[in-house]
Amino acid sequence: MADIAMSNFREAQRDVPNTATTDPARVPTVVVDNVHIVYKVHGAGSGKGSATSALSRLVSRKRSPSIREVHAVRGLSFTAYKGEAVGLIGSNGSGKSTMLAAIAGLLPPERGAIYTNGQPSLLGVNAALMNDLTGDRNVILGCLAMGMTPEEVKSRYQEIVDFSGINEKGDFISLPMRTYSSGMAARLRFSIAAAKTHDVLLIDEALATGDQKFQKRSEARIRELRQGAGTVFLVSHNNKAIRDTCERTIWIEKGELVMDGHTDEVVSAYEKHNRA
Amino acid sequence: MSTVSDFSLSTPSGADAGLTPKQLAAKYGLAVSGKRPSLPTYVRQLWARRHFILAFATARLVAQYTTAKLGQVWQVLTPLLNCSVFFLVFGVMMKSRDSVPVYLAWLCVGVFVFQFSQSAVQSGTRSIADNLGLIRALHFPRACMPVAFTVIQLQQLLISMVVLVGIVLANGQMPHMTWLLIIPALLLQCLFNTGLALIMARVGSKASDISQLMPFILRTWMYVSGVMYSIQSAIASWPPLAKTIMALNPATIYMDLMRYAFMPDSFNKHIYHGGKDAAGHALAQHLTLPHHVWLTAGVWAVVAFAVGFVFFWKAEEEYGRG
Repeated sequence: MADIAMSNFREAQRDVPNTATTDPARVPTVVVDNVHIVYKVHGAGSGKGSATSALSRLVSRKRSPSIREVHAVRGLSFTAYKGEAVGLIGSNGSGKSTMLAAIAGLLPPERGAIYTNGQPSLLGVNAALMNDLTGDRNVILGCLAMGMTPEEVKSRYQEIVDFSGINEKGDFISLPMRTYSSGMAARLRFSIAAAKTHDVLLIDEALATGDQKFQKRSEARIRELRQGAGTVFLVSHNNKAIRDTCERTIWIEKGELVMDGHTDEVVSAYEKHNRA
Repeated sequence: MSTVSDFSLSTPSGADAGLTPKQLAAKYGLAVSGKRPSLPTYVRQLWARRHFILAFATARLVAQYTTAKLGQVWQVLTPLLNCSVFFLVFGVMMKSRDSVPVYLAWLCVGVFVFQFSQSAVQSGTRSIADNLGLIRALHFPRACMPVAFTVIQLQQLLISMVVLVGIVLANGQMPHMTWLLIIPALLLQCLFNTGLALIMARVGSKASDISQLMPFILRTWMYVSGVMYSIQSAIASWPPLAKTIMALNPATIYMDLMRYAFMPDSFNKHIYHGGKDAAGHALAQHLTLPHHVWLTAGVWAVVAFAVGFVFFWKAEEEYGRG
């Protein structure tokens, strides 16, 4: 049994682009099994917020009326395989980002389970690193935090800075990150996270703020990561980016699965739905 | 709208066809996402991040005063100003200095040592909430945060130590063999503070209200620990049990150890025998170390660290959620 699995694994690695649909020996990396995610939102609603009512709630041990539950993901199931790039589309508030946060282990599912191969890394658009530190400090600390040795960091440092393109218009890497534009910060964050090979990389709109040249570079890097037998999830409202990077797309609406299939098919259906 | 395609790319094919998602995950050794690692694995992961902890602490320490004009000077200035305030109030106005030998040096040692624990608790409480961005963006053992913040406090204390040595020398206390005891005393306190910071980090990440309460708790702790006045004479008439409890206070223990290390003469009953001089002024009374002071300091350190580490690890998967 183990032998078969091993040879399957090698086969899957050898010929990545075709594995998604035809190869019978696909190795799953992310299994999402009937997942429900419920947010508890504090301070919502118009409940009385006075100190006395808070005290009486404490005494009577009643739940605060201002806690509201939001059922963001309702029974989603899918499986992603090695070497796949999966796009997630859907209108705002459809549960895409929530789903990614849950795959990364940052949100506990209310029901169901998510299984992953190794620890997935989530790259979000507002995932700030250390804003008061300089860009180069962020590169070094980010790499060390991901578990690289100081020697590895030293050898990769220039590559990361070059990839981010931060220094194209002067010496910006030695400025504190709070002085960066949102596009620059997003580029640096992606460059740091992409420096490591991830089994599962989750990208939440993180590339949207970069310019054309950087988007081309990051798409190339995503392809590389996939060829390194990783799985990439991409949330984006840019259908072109989805078409260019992913061959499979999942369409979510109101926390439920609408469609799961080849990108061309799903994105066309999505676009048609939006025009209507 | 609900046009789920008949054939799904999710469905396992070939030999895996027909497996439930759970069986599929089990077959390929996939783990539940965000699951807490076992304690030994966690210790290994944390040890592998030691370079990160050190680099993070150093970068944070340097960045702390970047917006202030005087910059790094504040690292020395802040403890000095603290000492002068306490000296003015407790030393001059409330006459505490008469009863304690070499009061100024005694006070400064106490202030710096207590500050070390106090700021470790404070920054530990905020260590998770203040770094949510980093925690959500990158994956690393979360204990790195409270540990790194304790390292920052240690670095700050070491800078203060330079000032402290100057103050002690200026008060006529010559370097002595006992100065070597500073090292083990500091190490034990470090361990104790790390444990405390880990506990407070978990508490602070769950109940943000605690940061409103902390100043009061810490202030109470400071006043009962005898930082600015000799607690020894204040509790002289208390029942034995209360005295024992007061003597077990870790802050008092670590301060006393450091005071003894810096100024062993203050603990010599032949030099400072108390009483009154010919003019009726009270004379300084020699200090005493509680029984088993090193043992108590060691037990506090080990227990706080072990309890803190396990307590923090128990909620590892929950930091950054919400």
